[in-house]
Amino acid sequence: MTIWDLHVHMSGAPGATPTERMAQLIAFADRMGIERLCVYMGIPWSKDPPPETFRKENDQVLEAIGKFPDRTFGFVYLNPKHVEASLAELDRCVARGPMVGVKLWVAHRCNAAELDPIIKRAGELQAVIFQHTWLKVTGNDPGESTPFDLAELAARYPATPIICGHTGGDWERGIRAIRAHKNLYADLAGSDPVAGYTEMAVRELGPERVIYGSDAGGRSFASQLGKVLGAQISDAAKQLILSGNLRRLITPILQRKGIKA
Amino acid sequence: MTVDFPRRTFLKSSLAVAALATPAARAADSTRAAGLGLVDTNVNLSRWPFRRCPLDEPPALVAKLREHGVEQSWAGTFDGLLHKDLGSANARLAAECRAHGNLLVPFGSVNPKLPDWEQELRRCAEVHRMPGIRLHPNYHGYKLDDPAFARLLTLASERKLVVQLAVVMEDERTLHPLVQVPPVDTAPLVDLLKKTPGVRLQLLNAFRTVRGEPLLRLAAAGAHFEIAMLEGVGSVAGLTKQLPAERILFGSHAPLFYFESAVLKLKESIFTPEQDRAIRSGNALRLRA
Ligand SMILES: [Zn+2]
Repeated sequence: MTIWDLHVHMSGAPGATPTERMAQLIAFADRMGIERLCVYMGIPWSKDPPPETFRKENDQVLEAIGKFPDRTFGFVYLNPKHVEASLAELDRCVARGPMVGVKLWVAHRCNAAELDPIIKRAGELQAVIFQHTWLKVTGNDPGESTPFDLAELAARYPATPIICGHTGGDWERGIRAIRAHKNLYADLAGSDPVAGYTEMAVRELGPERVIYGSDAGGRSFASQLGKVLGAQISDAAKQLILSGNLRRLITPILQRKGIKA
Repeated sequence: MTVDFPRRTFLKSSLAVAALATPAARAADSTRAAGLGLVDTNVNLSRWPFRRCPLDEPPALVAKLREHGVEQSWAGTFDGLLHKDLGSANARLAAECRAHGNLLVPFGSVNPKLPDWEQELRRCAEVHRMPGIRLHPNYHGYKLDDPAFARLLTLASERKLVVQLAVVMEDERTLHPLVQVPPVDTAPLVDLLKKTPGVRLQLLNAFRTVRGEPLLRLAAAGAHFEIAMLEGVGSVAGLTKQLPAERILFGSHAPLFYFESAVLKLKESIFTPEQDRAIRSGNALRLRA
């Protein structure tokens, strides 16, 4: 099966430079049979970055993907608290640069109006949009979105595909929260490999709306691949989850940029 | 129990793996065909209280374990978390394990806060002939500086029982809102291990909360671990650089976790053949010998 990983960070991978870290991640990915890695955010983490910080992090990603163009896809990290700077950065990295997606993390809840111009512009560019979500019984961070917040945003842009990062972590609630919004996709990455997760996602969303990702280097490729390879679903569903769905979402922007994959 | 499996057993299990393997199993096995069968030190029978797990019927779990070349699996019971009548929970566990040949090895639950708990320990050892017990201090509501726990460790070590202590069962962020069980604070263990010579302690599901200096101190005091909740790229090999490799055992946390997670971790990491053998089975067999 062809495997593409939706969700990879250089943080947590060994190495002194972005290039070294990316090389290490690719070496591990090779052991696991993973062909392509979507990579976003830099080192160190920044939860609420000012523009100069997210630009620096994106420069690190540009360096890393520049060295491994046939193995990686870059997503631009933006902060909706800085709308104008985010739009300029989207143009720099995606419209004029080699990146093909957008990463939104925990700076600002994603149901806020500030998201609108970013989603609109990313949609025009056909960039793959990834929004982190969690539903922590211990309490979310102040700017951290829930799948319910994302459902609100998705309802405003029903024609724009958006990926629900971590499916809320508490996936039994997260899957239900996004189920009615056909433009929302479930990211399997970055939580414990609890059995039944992938089966429920496939049952409730259909295999076309479920995407494998790892959240490596902090997570292992292995634990997250186990969620798909160990699931009691058809091989056809596994193939969609492991790369087919991501390929379908990312193909328009790749074609636009003349990138072959 | 010897450290090495007889050659005949190894050949039989490799053939079985080759015949039954799914693509996932084959992927996990391809580079390690020369290895020994696995000892999975972290599985549970019965029902997880908060959902049905896809493999929570023993025949399905056993089939999965065999498919991946597991030759021995140390099984606790989910009933041990919340049931008060641990005597019947442990008897069911022992019977269920017996029903599946010698693959499943029962590890009964003991709660040192229940009246006359010493009887439970005695039954695990003498009646059910269990090689070890499993503890859930957080679900049972005691801290590790409780004198009852020290006494339990002493009695268990006198009987040469392996003591498995589950630090958590799941990510604290996804716990049921009415059952928010904190992780076990393992800090008192370092001194207790020093004061209880011969104790055979293994921490299960430790790596979500036990890291860095506290982890190194526990390992230096003699604790063993398993890899079910270990995360990070190449994490098992990374752990062998921190801890003596003989302290690291294989564990899946199935059926609550997908079994494939743990077995794929062995594929992700690069080991020496000695480390590989030790983690797959040698360390576990030595711990219960
Ligand atoms: Zn992430």
